[in-house]
Amino acid sequence: MDIIITGLLLGGTYALIAFGLNLQYGVARIMNLANGEFLVLGALAAFWIFVADSISPVLTMLIVAPLSFFGNWVIYKLLLRPLVRRAKNQGQLEVDSILATFGMSFALVGIMVSMHGEYFTYSYLAEPFEIVGETFALNRIVAFCFAVLIGGALWLWLYYTRPGMAMRAVSVSTEASGLVGIDVPRLSALAFALGGAVTTMGGTLISTFITLDASVGVIFTMKALIIIIMGGVGDIRGAIVAALILGLVETTVARLIDPGLTLAAAYAIFVLVLLFRPQGLFGRKPT
Amino acid sequence: MLKRVLKAAAIVASASLLAVSAQAADVIKIGQVAPKSGPLAGGATVTQWPNVELWSKQVNAAGGLNVGGTKMMVEIVEYDDKTNPGEHIKAAQRLAEVDKVDFIVAPYGTGFNLAAAPIYAKYGYPQIAVSAISDKMPELTARYDNLFFTLGNTTSFTDSVIEILTDMRDAGTIGNRVAMVNVADAFGIELAEAARPKIKEAGFDIVYDKSYPLGTPDLSPIIKGAKDSKPDAFVAWSYPPDTFGLTEQAIIQDLDVKMYYTAVATCFPAFKGKFGSKIEGVFGAGGVNQGSPEIQAYFEAHKEMTGKDADAWASANTYVSLEILGQAIEGAGTLDRKAVTQYIKDNTFDTIMGPINFENQISNKYWTVGQWQDGKFRGVKSSQMDGAAPIVAKDGWN
Amino acid sequence: MSHGSDIKSLVWGAVLLLLAACVPLVANGYWMSIALTIAMFTVLATSWALFSGPTHYISLATAAFFGVGGYLVGTGMSDYNMGFWTMVVIAPVVGAVLAFLIGIATLRLSGVYFVIFTLGLAEMIRTLVSWIQNNFTGSRGLYVLTDLTEADIYIYLVILAAVVYLAGWWVNRSRIGFALRIIGNDEMVARHVGINTATSKVILFTFSGFIAALVGALIAPRYTYIEPNGVFSPEISFIVVIMALLGGTGRLWGPIVGVIPFALLQEFINANYSSYSTLVMGVAFLVIVYFLPKGVVGRIEQALATRRKSTW
Repeated sequence: MDIIITGLLLGGTYALIAFGLNLQYGVARIMNLANGEFLVLGALAAFWIFVADSISPVLTMLIVAPLSFFGNWVIYKLLLRPLVRRAKNQGQLEVDSILATFGMSFALVGIMVSMHGEYFTYSYLAEPFEIVGETFALNRIVAFCFAVLIGGALWLWLYYTRPGMAMRAVSVSTEASGLVGIDVPRLSALAFALGGAVTTMGGTLISTFITLDASVGVIFTMKALIIIIMGGVGDIRGAIVAALILGLVETTVARLIDPGLTLAAAYAIFVLVLLFRPQGLFGRKPT
Repeated sequence: MLKRVLKAAAIVASASLLAVSAQAADVIKIGQVAPKSGPLAGGATVTQWPNVELWSKQVNAAGGLNVGGTKMMVEIVEYDDKTNPGEHIKAAQRLAEVDKVDFIVAPYGTGFNLAAAPIYAKYGYPQIAVSAISDKMPELTARYDNLFFTLGNTTSFTDSVIEILTDMRDAGTIGNRVAMVNVADAFGIELAEAARPKIKEAGFDIVYDKSYPLGTPDLSPIIKGAKDSKPDAFVAWSYPPDTFGLTEQAIIQDLDVKMYYTAVATCFPAFKGKFGSKIEGVFGAGGVNQGSPEIQAYFEAHKEMTGKDADAWASANTYVSLEILGQAIEGAGTLDRKAVTQYIKDNTFDTIMGPINFENQISNKYWTVGQWQDGKFRGVKSSQMDGAAPIVAKDGWN
Repeated sequence: MSHGSDIKSLVWGAVLLLLAACVPLVANGYWMSIALTIAMFTVLATSWALFSGPTHYISLATAAFFGVGGYLVGTGMSDYNMGFWTMVVIAPVVGAVLAFLIGIATLRLSGVYFVIFTLGLAEMIRTLVSWIQNNFTGSRGLYVLTDLTEADIYIYLVILAAVVYLAGWWVNRSRIGFALRIIGNDEMVARHVGINTATSKVILFTFSGFIAALVGALIAPRYTYIEPNGVFSPEISFIVVIMALLGGTGRLWGPIVGVIPFALLQEFINANYSSYSTLVMGVAFLVIVYFLPKGVVGRIEQALATRRKSTW
C-alpha cells in the first residue's frame, strides 16, 4: 500500500513533467528540447518569490502560468512558425526544430545561470501527512492533486469542447484537419503556448520537493520525451498511464530490490514497452 | 575553400584574443577555469567563484602584491568549463598559450583537477588543489611536481565518521546498528567503498547498505528502507541535490537517529536556509573553527564583498589556497613559476586557518566532519586542526 | 557517380588527411587541444552519419558506446591492472556487440520512437554501469594514467578518421549503401524490391558503435580520471547529432564541415564571452538555424553550383 501510494505520487510528478511537451510535440509537432528549461524557469520563479516574500508556490504558479503562455506563444510565432512554413515535410521540421530549440535551451540556461547560479532549494509544506497509517510528504501530495486537476482539465477540454476536438484532429493529421477548415497555424500556436504554460506550472510545483539548479532542465526534457514516447505521441491518456507506470516501477524496485536500480528499471520498462508496442502504449500505427 | 575558412577563423580568433592579452606589464594575470553551468555549477557558485572574487578584490584594495619591490595588481581571467572535462582542458590550454596567465587557481572537482594536472604541469603552474579528494595523492604528486593537495583524502573523511560512531557508542548514545547509503557516482562510491570494511571492523552492523543513482527524483523509499532497518546511526555519502532530498525526507519520515550524517553540501548556507532549526545536531563533511576570529573576519568580508555567505568548509580552504599563492609570489619575489612552486614546498604560510605547510606537496591540516550546533556548522573532527567543538547527540527534528 | 570522380575524391581525401596529420608539427598546445576536439567529433559524427545519414534514423545512443569505451579503459586499468592497449582492443569489440544487440532490438521502430528508444537505452546503460561499479567492481576511482600526449591521441584519431572515411567511401559504392539509401527514401519500397533492410541496418549500426567505443577508449587518457556519469553523458549524443545535422548528412564529408565551424565558433564564444558563453552560444545557434537552412553542405553546394554556372 505504502509502495503504491509513493509510486502514484512520483507518477504524478512525472505526469506534470510530460503534459506540456505532449501538447507541444503531439499537436504543434515541435520536438521542443527547451521544454525542461521552462520547467526550471517556473521553479526559479517559485524559489525567488518564496525566499523574498514567503509567497506560496501555488500562488506563484497562478501568476507564472499566463506569463509562460504568452512567452511561449511569442516564441512560437516569432521563431518556430517560420520553420514550420519552410519545412517541406515532417522529417525536415523535426531536424530544424531540434536544432532551433536546442539553441533556445542553451540561451535560457545562460540567462538563468546569470540570474541564480546556486541551487534552488527551500521548504514548503515539507511536513508529514498520514494516509492509512503511512507517512507521506505533504508537498508531494499537493503536487499530485494539481497533476490530477491539470490532467483532468486538459482531458475534459480535449475530449468535450470544440477547440479541444480540433486540437485532437490536428494531432492526427495536420493536412487533413487543414482541409476540413481547421485553422492549423492558430491551433498549433495555442497548443505550443498551452504546453509551455503547463510545463512551467509543473516546475513551480516540483520545486517544492526537488532541489533544482539552472542547468538541470535537460534531465526533465529527457524524462518527458521518454514518457510521451512510451505513452504514444499526442495522447494524453498515454502520457498519464506511462507516467504512473514509471512512478510505480521505480518505487517498487527501490523498496523491494535495490534503490540503485530504480532508474535502470524505469528505462528497462520503457525499452520493453517499445519492443512489444513500437508505437507506444496508446500510439497509432504510423501510416 | 575549407582551409581558407579555417584560416580566417583562426586569424579572427587569435586577433581578438591578442587584444585582450596586450596589457600593462605590472599586472599579475591569474587564470581560473571552473563550472558556471552544468551539474557542478551549483557547488562552484558557492565554494569557488566568490572566493576568487573576494581574494582579488582584497589584494587590489591593498594596492596589489609586492613582487620584489614592485606593487602589482591582480587580474582574473575566467572561463566556464560547463562541467565538461574536454571543455576544461581546452580552456586550460587557452589560459596558458593564449592569455599567457602568470598563475592559475586550481579547478573545482576531483576529476577536473586531475584532467588539468598534465597541462598545468607542462607549463609549470603551481596547482594548489582544493576541491579534490583522492586516495592516490602520493602517486599523483610524485607524477606532477607542481600539484598540491589541501582538503584531505578519502580515508580521512571516512575514518573521522567512524571515530564519531565509536565515540558515541562508547558514550552509550548509540548502539551498533548503522544504516549507510551512497550516491552511485565517483565520489560517493569511493567513500562508501572505503567506509564499508572499516565500519564493520569497528564492530558495527551495517543494517542497511544501498546506493541510489545520481538524479533520483524521490528519495523517500531510501529513508523508509533505512528507517525499517531500525538503525542507531544514519550515514549518507551524498552530493548536493540528494543531501537536501534525503534530509527533507528524514524530517518528514521522522528518521529518529542520534547520529545523522550527510556528506557534501551539509555545510552550505542554503542547507540552513531550507531547514532552519530542524538540522540541529546534523553531521556533515567539512567544518570550520567558528571560534576563530580570523575565520569570523573572513566570513564577514565574504558577505560584504560578494554579497553571499561562505560555506562552512571548502570556502575557507579555497580562500586559503589563494592566500598561499599570494604569499608565495611575494615571498619568492618573482613571477617565475618554478621559484614560486619551490617556495610553496619550502615554507609555512600564515592563513585564516592557521599556519599551513606542505609535506610531499600535501597539506595535512583540514577539517573532516562538522556538526550543526546552535545554528552554526562547527568543525568536530579534523586532521591537525585546533578548535574542534565537542560532539552532541541529535535530539529529533525540531 | 563515375569511376573517375570516385578516384579523385579518394585522392583528395588522402591529401587532406595527410595535411591533418601534420597539424601537431605546427600547432601549439592550445590549437592542439582544439584540433583534438575537432578530430574526436569528426570521427563520432561521421561514423554516426554513415548509419543515420542514408536511413534518416537519428540515433541518440552514441554516448552509450563512447561511455562503454571510456569506462572499460578506466575500470580495466584501475580495477584489473590491464594495460591501456589491451583495453583499447577489448572496448570497441564490446561496443560493437552492444550496438549489434541494439540494432536488432530496434528493427521494428521508426521515426521519433527510434530516436527516443536509443536515448532511453543509453540512459539505462549509464545507470546500470554506475550500479555495477558501485556493487561489484569495488572501485576506488578510475584513473587512466598514461604517458600519451594530446598530439599522440590526435594522430590516432586522424588514422581512425581515415578508416571511417574509407569505410564510408566503400559503403557508398557497395550494395549495402544502395540498400540504405532506399531504406531512407521508403523502407516499404526497399522491402518490396527484395532488399534485406534488417541486415544492412544492423551492420552499419554495429560499425558506428564499434567506432564510437574506440573513440571513447582512445580519448580516456586525456581525462585522466573517469567518472561514469561524465563519459556516458547524454550531452555527447546530442552534440554529435547537432554537429552532423549542422554540416549535413547527405554527403560523407558533411559532418566534418559541421564539426569544424561549430568547434571554432564555440571556442571563439568561450574565449570572448566567458561569463555569458552559454547564452551567446544559444543565440549563435538560432542564427545558424535560420540562416543556414540546409546545413553547411547545402551552402557549399549552392556556392559551387553558382560558380559552375557563371564560368559556363
